[in-house]
Amino acid sequence: MYREYLTVSNIVGPLVIVEKIRDVAYGELVEIESGDGQLRRGTVLDVSTERAIVQVFEGTVGLDIRQSRVRFLGRTQQLGVSPEMLGRIFDGSGRPKDGGPPVIPEKKLDIQGNPINPEARDYPSEFIQTGVSAIDGMNPLVRGQKLPLFSGSGLPHARLAAQIARQATVLGKEEKFAVVFAAMGITFEEAHFFINDFRRTGALERAVLFLNLANEPPIERIATPRLALTCAEYLAFDLEMHVLVIMVDMTFYAEALREISAARKEIPGRRGYPGYLYTDLATIYERAGRLKGKKGSITLIPILTMPEDDKTHPIADLTGYITEGQIMLSRELHRQGIYPPIDVLPSLSRLKDKGIGEGKTRKDHADVLNQLFAAYARGKEARELALILGEAALSDLDRLYLSFSDDFEKRFVRQGEHQTRSIEETLELGWELLRGLPRQELKRIRPEFLDEFYPQEKTPS
Amino acid sequence: MSQPKVIRVAGPLVVAAGCWGARMYDMVRVGHLGLVGEIIELREDLAYIQVYEDTTGVGPGEPVVLTGQPLSVELGPGLLGSIYDGIQRPLDLIRAQGGDFVPRGIEVPALDRQKKWTFQPQVSQGDMVQEGDILGLVQETPLIAHRILVPEGVAGQVVTIKEGDFSLDEPVAKIATSQGELALKLYQVWPVRRNRRVKSRLMPDEPLITGQRVLDTLFPLAKGGTACVPGPFGSGKTVVQHQLAKWSDSQIIVFVACGERGNEVADLLLSFPELTDPYSGRPLMERTVIIANTSNMPVAAREASIYTGMTIAEYFRDMGYSVALMADSTSRWAEALREISGRMEEMPGEEGYPAYLASRVAEFYERAGKVICLGSDNREGALSVIGAVSPPGGDLSDPVVQATLKVVKVFWALDDRLANRRHFPAINWLLSYSLYVDNMKHYWEKEVAEEFAGLRQEAIKLLAEEAELLEIARLVGLESLSPRERMVLETARSIREDFLHQNAFHPVDTFSSLRQQYLMLRTIIHFHHLGLAALDKEVDLELIINLPVREAIAKMKYWQDEAELLAVYVQVETEFKKLSQKEGGSSWPEESQVITGKINDEGEADVS
Ligand SMILES: Nc1ncnc2c1ncn2[C@@H]1O[C@H](COP(=O)(O)OP(=O)(O)OP(=O)(O)O)[C@@H](O)[C@H]1O
Ligand SMILES: [Mg+2]
Repeated sequence: MYREYLTVSNIVGPLVIVEKIRDVAYGELVEIESGDGQLRRGTVLDVSTERAIVQVFEGTVGLDIRQSRVRFLGRTQQLGVSPEMLGRIFDGSGRPKDGGPPVIPEKKLDIQGNPINPEARDYPSEFIQTGVSAIDGMNPLVRGQKLPLFSGSGLPHARLAAQIARQATVLGKEEKFAVVFAAMGITFEEAHFFINDFRRTGALERAVLFLNLANEPPIERIATPRLALTCAEYLAFDLEMHVLVIMVDMTFYAEALREISAARKEIPGRRGYPGYLYTDLATIYERAGRLKGKKGSITLIPILTMPEDDKTHPIADLTGYITEGQIMLSRELHRQGIYPPIDVLPSLSRLKDKGIGEGKTRKDHADVLNQLFAAYARGKEARELALILGEAALSDLDRLYLSFSDDFEKRFVRQGEHQTRSIEETLELGWELLRGLPRQELKRIRPEFLDEFYPQEKTPS
Repeated sequence: MSQPKVIRVAGPLVVAAGCWGARMYDMVRVGHLGLVGEIIELREDLAYIQVYEDTTGVGPGEPVVLTGQPLSVELGPGLLGSIYDGIQRPLDLIRAQGGDFVPRGIEVPALDRQKKWTFQPQVSQGDMVQEGDILGLVQETPLIAHRILVPEGVAGQVVTIKEGDFSLDEPVAKIATSQGELALKLYQVWPVRRNRRVKSRLMPDEPLITGQRVLDTLFPLAKGGTACVPGPFGSGKTVVQHQLAKWSDSQIIVFVACGERGNEVADLLLSFPELTDPYSGRPLMERTVIIANTSNMPVAAREASIYTGMTIAEYFRDMGYSVALMADSTSRWAEALREISGRMEEMPGEEGYPAYLASRVAEFYERAGKVICLGSDNREGALSVIGAVSPPGGDLSDPVVQATLKVVKVFWALDDRLANRRHFPAINWLLSYSLYVDNMKHYWEKEVAEEFAGLRQEAIKLLAEEAELLEIARLVGLESLSPRERMVLETARSIREDFLHQNAFHPVDTFSSLRQQYLMLRTIIHFHHLGLAALDKEVDLELIINLPVREAIAKMKYWQDEAELLAVYVQVETEFKKLSQKEGGSSWPEESQVITGKINDEGEADVS
């Protein structure tokens, strides 16, 4: 039983204000039927004894005040889930988009979800080999981590994300895994790129896609990542699968949120984004993780394009404050034709420490990683200095570092889009570059590892 | 009188009508689910309530129950080793009742009512006691004796006092007060927003030893002092706070994870039971209380969480312990204030924060201090507070950073340029300061070494000089610098890389005793002095900087053995002696002359 009202008083941007309502609850799902019989959905953002403010997912274009019928459905937005979802494509509101039959739900889940009890969390510590050296070697990803790609428009984040989805494995394990893909506001072509890639590699059968494309209603985007994560939680914690969730593009998501905030005339935070953007993003990102005693996991790779490549922009900034590191793509490397253009210095994986080392990757991994960072940073400083004063002004040692950093970018960071490097290969490559530096410069590496790995045949640089 | 009813719901803010008689900051139960909330504003019969749980599904017309009690915490045995949500509900009980995801409207006791504690009286029948006196002890963990205190405002004669095993609800003593007889239990209840009183406050004069070289040596925090750690994301705020929680010589740690990551809390929970306190060898969890309101948990409870933590910390301070409270991150708390304030349509101040932000921040840090506790034995307690701040884009002009800097005495500025180069802890040595340095000198002289303050001063001077010289080098090239100046650069680099750089994840390097810090710094500075002296004797700089002892200096951080550390100092001398012989230098200065060259004392912490 639901209640229907014809008492719309105002329509402001994506919001509809309904008067003289009764028994309406905060967060309740709403259905709006316009004069022409078209149905739209929304949720209650603010409710008092007199009125309710409803955000309309499909937008308010074409809605009118007189004829719109508003029905409060007495429940929150839910997603019906079942194993049949694998291999299917849905729209940004969770309706089939691939021409297939509706999914017969095994159960219905509230898409907001409840926060994971921190007590119930298991600390992520299983190394995921992505086959990409700049990630595996320098900023390793672990199962249950949330690690975004910070990108810019025109950079190959989609190719990199697809490569990760294709190549990611946990060493020595054969397990059930799945990919959940949420698109918010990206173009048809970009979405198509992913679908094709998934199809070609056979990953599509193990994938669930939720697509809200650039020409589809922006407000719907607020639900899309939550649908995807609700599905992921089901796959991970009910069906015991290891789920990789890719969400692109969080920037468009945040813009939808801003649109609503503006329509409500809320006091904006930085650059017009609402003050609660942090909390809102957290309710998405924090759904990644592992649970004690559960086999499955949710690993989350959100992608965002930073306006003007500015990492202090609120979307990137607040994301960085929530996620467990970030992989930063660099326009400069991209210009030099280096794929993947990962700038390892501002990139970071915060969960790496428990995921690497003896028995996980290799005992020298942490030291090699630290040393490569230090040496590359020093080399980049030398490069800057050389730009100002000329290479002649550099000391011999600085020149060594300079050529190290060039090699590092051209040989270590750069690799093929379809090339998988094992962690062994990545570390070996790292040693190869380090051998170009004098041994006493390698302060971050324990002597016993230097004894074991530093000698061997010297490679000409 | 009509029953209070919800008339509006907007996210975490609920407005209820019919609330005549309600008091500010009283707790209420909202809706059919009985969600926990707190009254934050009253307008006639309307109560504005911040709700500590998700309000989805709540609507106008639902009932509101006034409890008549302010938001309070329970203080008694059972706190240590606990992990609570923002309003002191044990997360393990929530999980046991509600599963892996936190459900709403759950009610669980903060302290275990079943458990029996062994109580040992410290006073006898007939004794006169006053507020704050120690009634007796409960050995709560092998590490900590929980001192059961006479509650504030209670004084009189002990009528009965019992020894034995008691649960929390059983009275252990009766006191004849001027208002009649009062039964005392093992726990008390205290409203979180009210400070717990002390007898008097003292000046902090002892360092809180953290085992982190850049903190202890360059920017020390005092026991009972306040510090803030601002920095952009990924710069190392949480690691600094975790390091302090692990290694600082506090007797009690209260860690408030305020609006941050769930996995970081999981990390604490999984690692603390395994790590041992370097001072007692006991598991760290035995001295720790964790308050966790992660970023996806309800925003209003985040606002309450730091008060919950603070009140628990004060309670242990009142027992006469040295307590440290870490809040990670105070920005999330401030944002929670802003969100609620915004929904109440209050007049915003800077960046949308409410105008009372600065006073709230100040009130919070003012609850820190070294004190004489209530009670007739005049015992001392200390509560140190360390708050992380997460300014947007790392911009220090952020209102929360600015409000914090006005009140705290120690500023550990994290710098993402250092973090990107993996120089950890990424504390900018030019920007950071400690206003406690003068108060520490006496302690250092007595406990570390006479010359320690001088060595420290010289290290700071060298680092400041380095910055200037690098600026010059950037403009005109390195070769324009004199060998002396190059030597300064070399030593400063050594201070940075061999001393300040400290890897929190290295089994040995993670903690450095003050003694080790002193021996390391002394060796580096000694090398510098001998190097300068050698340059005076026309020894080539390259020869100096390539001395083998430099490799040993770089490794000192991995050694704890006193003899090994001392040997490096001797090695410095021997190598320089050899060097001077090779170069045909004659009269080498005696060691004592070199290192006692007193350093002037000016310019504390003003190197910005
Ligand atoms: N002392 C240290 N030793 C080694 N690594 C460190 C140290 N401090 C920080 N790091 C590295 O930096 C990463 C980020 O640190 P941390 O999580 O403390 O940042 P944060 O300032 O708290 O960021 P956020 O504001 O996003 O929470 C850590 O995961 C770790 O890899
Ligand atoms: Mg942090």
